[in-house]
Amino acid sequence: MSLTPDDVQKIAHLARLAVTEDEKNSVANDLTNILDLVEQMSQVDTTGVEPMSHPLHMTQRLRDDEVTQTNQREKFQSIAPSVENGLFLVPKVIE
Amino acid sequence: MHNKTISELAAGLRAGEYSSVELTRHFLDRIKKYDPQLNSFISLCEEQALAQAAAADDRLKNGEQGLLLGVPIAHKDIFCTDGVRTSCASKMLDKFIAPYDATVVEKLQQAGVVMLGKTNMDEFAMGSSNETSWYGPVKNPWNTDTVPGGSSGGSASAVAARLAVAATGTDTGGSIRQPAALCGITGIKPTYGRVSRYGMIAFASSLDQAGPMAANAEDAAILLQAMAGFDERDSTSAEEDVPDYVGGLANDLSGLRIGVAKEYFSEGLDPQVEASVRAAIDMYKELGAEIVDISLPNSGLSVPAYYVVAPAECSSNLSRFDGVRFGHRCENPQNLEDLYKRSRAEGFGAEVKRRIMIGAYALSAGYYDAYYLKAQQIRHLISDDFKQAFKQCDVIMGPTSPSTAFKIGEKADDPVTMYLSDIYTIATNLAGLPGMSIPCEPVKGMPVGLQIIGNYFDEARLLNVAHRYQQVTEWHKAMPQAFS
Repeated sequence: MSLTPDDVQKIAHLARLAVTEDEKNSVANDLTNILDLVEQMSQVDTTGVEPMSHPLHMTQRLRDDEVTQTNQREKFQSIAPSVENGLFLVPKVIE
Repeated sequence: MHNKTISELAAGLRAGEYSSVELTRHFLDRIKKYDPQLNSFISLCEEQALAQAAAADDRLKNGEQGLLLGVPIAHKDIFCTDGVRTSCASKMLDKFIAPYDATVVEKLQQAGVVMLGKTNMDEFAMGSSNETSWYGPVKNPWNTDTVPGGSSGGSASAVAARLAVAATGTDTGGSIRQPAALCGITGIKPTYGRVSRYGMIAFASSLDQAGPMAANAEDAAILLQAMAGFDERDSTSAEEDVPDYVGGLANDLSGLRIGVAKEYFSEGLDPQVEASVRAAIDMYKELGAEIVDISLPNSGLSVPAYYVVAPAECSSNLSRFDGVRFGHRCENPQNLEDLYKRSRAEGFGAEVKRRIMIGAYALSAGYYDAYYLKAQQIRHLISDDFKQAFKQCDVIMGPTSPSTAFKIGEKADDPVTMYLSDIYTIATNLAGLPGMSIPCEPVKGMPVGLQIIGNYFDEARLLNVAHRYQQVTEWHKAMPQAFS
């Protein structure tokens, strides 16, 4: 498996990361090497093996539907990059 | 004062030999004197530390019990600390002042510890050498040309140089044990779910686990006692009682069955490290243990499976860093997509970006079965290997790391070579088992770690096994001369 600079462009878009033209070749090379390492998995027959997503066999706990947290909007917005009137500001999304 | 164990410090504080304020000043002075050589701290919390120490002194005067009351420690900068910068060693969070405390921080605070500061680490805990930090690499106090290991490298370096009595760490693929081994200290990664993940910045949620890094097993037991326990704010916190870790330290080891897996003594292991680890295992025979040959046939697949599972979870977890609500935001975003892409590209370092992209690729349409599903199946096989092994033995022993500390820069340009530094530690994270590293005989003056792996929720036994070794050896007492 060998990734091309175009593949890197696609993957970077999925991950919402900007990549420069200069970076694409070296990133393609690094990712290819990592995938070569990962590729060793294909040597093993895993037919019928149940996938393990989690180390402990636990079920999701439920709790009563009660208010447990107080509103701390000002505290949380004090660390935001850009806010106005209690709202987070982002560039215009809808024309 | 900096060479004393936690129990000795607790006795000294109560006998009035020194106050917590004096003790805290002593460590703050050491940090100022020595840390410019090590870079083990990202943030120093001098004012808060002295205030906490003064409060601890008041509690001590009131006769309050508790071994940790007034003892100065450091937190890995992955734990959220209310009002204090929590950077995760990333430019992304360089200006992030956490709005709340992690459960680990809160619990240790209740026990009365003093927080000296926040320790350096690999960016978002992704690395094995502490070279991926936005704040620069940490140096190993045993040889400042070498790495301290990672990702909890700042915690390991600070404890090894006694710039803090102990420190917290986190371990997703070896990030407590490998730096503990390379810096000659004691570290334990508990069973998955044993210690709350609430307020611990997530890397790979099904693997992440917090634990203590200390000068010896007794100190680690005291810290784990305070850190462990069920937390309803962590949805995968284990509802298991916390046993008396300190009370069980001196238990007799007669009849202990130690499993030794041939796969952990394979090609790529430094022969001198092997000799040191085997000598440590032999010492256990004198303590009454018996050695059992075991096999973990799928352990060679742990690194490949990990580098799918961990990046997949990381790509999901790190999607929250989007430049909108907190963290770095790029200048003059043209539109929302540009804001996301440039904020993330500027805020994350190269290794973090690599892992996010590997994860995004492995989870993308058409590749899911070949990578993510396959890795989860292999994870099951690796977990089953351990289940079989623990039918024959009580603990498994082997090396923590295939070599002693390597030179800064030696592996930095080759991600795959770096990933193999964790070849002996990753499998326990995939299975969710507890693992520990304690110092055994050094090689050419550099520390070597003996890894001890236990069954689920068997931390008490690991600490007991480690403590008995430390009662008959002196390796854990050695200090790097330049920092004595």
